[in-house]
Amino acid sequence: MKRFAGFDYAAIDSRLSDDEKMVRDTVRSFVEEMALPKFMEHYEKGTFPSELVKPMAELGVFGATLHGYECAGLNNVAYGLMMQELERCDSGLRSFASVQSALVMYPIYTFGSEEQKKKWLPALAKGTVIGCFGLTEADFGSNPGGMRTTAVADGNEYVLHGSKMWITNGVGSGVAVVWAKLDGEITGFLVERERKGFEARPVKYKLSMRASDTAELILDDVRIPKANRLPEANGLKCALMCLNQARYGIAWGVIGAAMACFHESLEYSKDRIMFAKPIAGYQLTQKKLADMATDITLMQLLCLQLGRLEDEGKLKFPHVSMAKRNNVRKALEIARTARSILGANGISGEYQSMRHMCNLETVDTYEGTYEIHTLIVGHELTGIPAYE
Amino acid sequence: MKIVVLVKSVPDTESKIKIGADGTSIDPQGLKFIMNPYDEFAVEEGLRIKERLKDDTTVVAVSMGPERAVEVLRTALAMGADDAIHVSDPAFEGGDAQANARVLAEVIRPLSPDLILGGKQAIDYDAAQVCPAIAEYLGMPQALIVSELKISDDKKVATARRRVEGGDEMVEMTLPALVTCEKGLNEPRYASLPGIMKAKKKEIKKVGLADLPLKAESVGAAGSKTKVVKYHNLPERPPVKMIAGDAAAQAAELVRLLREEAKVI
Repeated sequence: MKRFAGFDYAAIDSRLSDDEKMVRDTVRSFVEEMALPKFMEHYEKGTFPSELVKPMAELGVFGATLHGYECAGLNNVAYGLMMQELERCDSGLRSFASVQSALVMYPIYTFGSEEQKKKWLPALAKGTVIGCFGLTEADFGSNPGGMRTTAVADGNEYVLHGSKMWITNGVGSGVAVVWAKLDGEITGFLVERERKGFEARPVKYKLSMRASDTAELILDDVRIPKANRLPEANGLKCALMCLNQARYGIAWGVIGAAMACFHESLEYSKDRIMFAKPIAGYQLTQKKLADMATDITLMQLLCLQLGRLEDEGKLKFPHVSMAKRNNVRKALEIARTARSILGANGISGEYQSMRHMCNLETVDTYEGTYEIHTLIVGHELTGIPAYE
Repeated sequence: MKIVVLVKSVPDTESKIKIGADGTSIDPQGLKFIMNPYDEFAVEEGLRIKERLKDDTTVVAVSMGPERAVEVLRTALAMGADDAIHVSDPAFEGGDAQANARVLAEVIRPLSPDLILGGKQAIDYDAAQVCPAIAEYLGMPQALIVSELKISDDKKVATARRRVEGGDEMVEMTLPALVTCEKGLNEPRYASLPGIMKAKKKEIKKVGLADLPLKAESVGAAGSKTKVVKYHNLPERPPVKMIAGDAAAQAAELVRLLREEAKVI
């Protein structure tokens, strides 16, 4: 099959700077040479490719938008393009980078003390410590404000009690950013894995995101020093700020998954002969391909504009909701369509589209479901909240 | 030590090359350009020597060519090179390997490097002549197509392993010397994202004819002893013929075609 070279129907590349393109092409080469060849094996076995953590850290993937603390200081468009290339490999690989960067390093950088930043950020950037983010609970997904996990002050310590569910990187993490109610207010804490009473159990029988580490966190009266509280992480709003960062990366990331599916099905359709001509020569296939190409182009344009807005400090969270909602759902539809073009071959892991399709079911749900983002955009348009 | 690394912008290996309308040039329209893959080994080797020595060693990337050469220099800087020099001048256009080597030798001479590294050949014209000619102009020893390189602790001697028919040849050279790099010498690193951001801020020095002790008639097309007369496309392959039928019928038809059409039996 022809080598993947991105998809640029509307000459969007001409709107990117040289360094933005260099970031994208560097991550693309890394994915092509180091990550993709072995990914399916991990997916089938249900293991995260932890051998990729060190090379990703050397590349500078983790905390790439942060300044200082050995981070790259990328702008938000370069960051988005990086996420796109990682998810071109697999949503699990992008999720790892999203969590480490947007959900662990970002809150420490934004809400942490100087001491916490110095202790954790360089180690997280180097990948010597892996982090996870514990907000969601089994019974509180779309409504995190209802969480039951609590923190109680006791002398020089806090005592955390509760459990968290669907936690990416949970089993492999050395530190967890845990959100718990302290005197009724949602507050962020850093919990090291070796703390007594802390346990991470892998989620079993996953049919999606199989090459990602997904865990349940148990906090059974875990005692942490008061210095482990993130001093500025007070209120649900702070947790949602982290999610907003991650969602922005997702809106870009799924373009990569969609491009992988489009590229694969386009090339396949040109080679696959049925009734004496390539299936690409039939109108039904061409409609599928034209729809996919159009959606990818629209996804790219939306993300590029949001990235530029964020770099100008003008991005608002409902913008990100629109992009996350639209792009993930479109990517999911593209993956399904690509799978259909591949015919019977499409159900095999020799091809990528069905793997992406299964992953995107998760991506459509996590970090704010399609439905919740619909309500956020609806709230923004009408001024009337319709969540409850 | 001072290490000079020569890098060149070449069309991506997957590019479809089109001959220009004049028949003596390549049409750059629609081509994707990359750093010559053998030059990546050279950059990597320079950086590894610097990292091993842990002293004040600097790596300077030099590229001659049109504006797109800046991109490969940025890549070299992003990988970790300290400085970059872009050699460009309208007078250099149309130069052959010798004329270009003459220019590059004069760019490199005032830098007084201890080691010059380049790729074993550029994958565009495959001439493999520029690097050895530079060594000749600068009067330094050279080892070409090297798959292993060691620098002595006193930084005075380079030992290079060269693959030759039936075995390996070990070459010892006093520095300064020139080495061209072969696949297997090392595994080139990726430019890191912080490296890309740092490279963006670094200045790329421009060098033109006016900066060099050379006359216009000794560079570019005027200073070249060879000239491209015409490029030809490879002839198109004839279409493949599929033979149908059972094994006996296929064999009979094949014999008939080989005798009557191909006329080889």
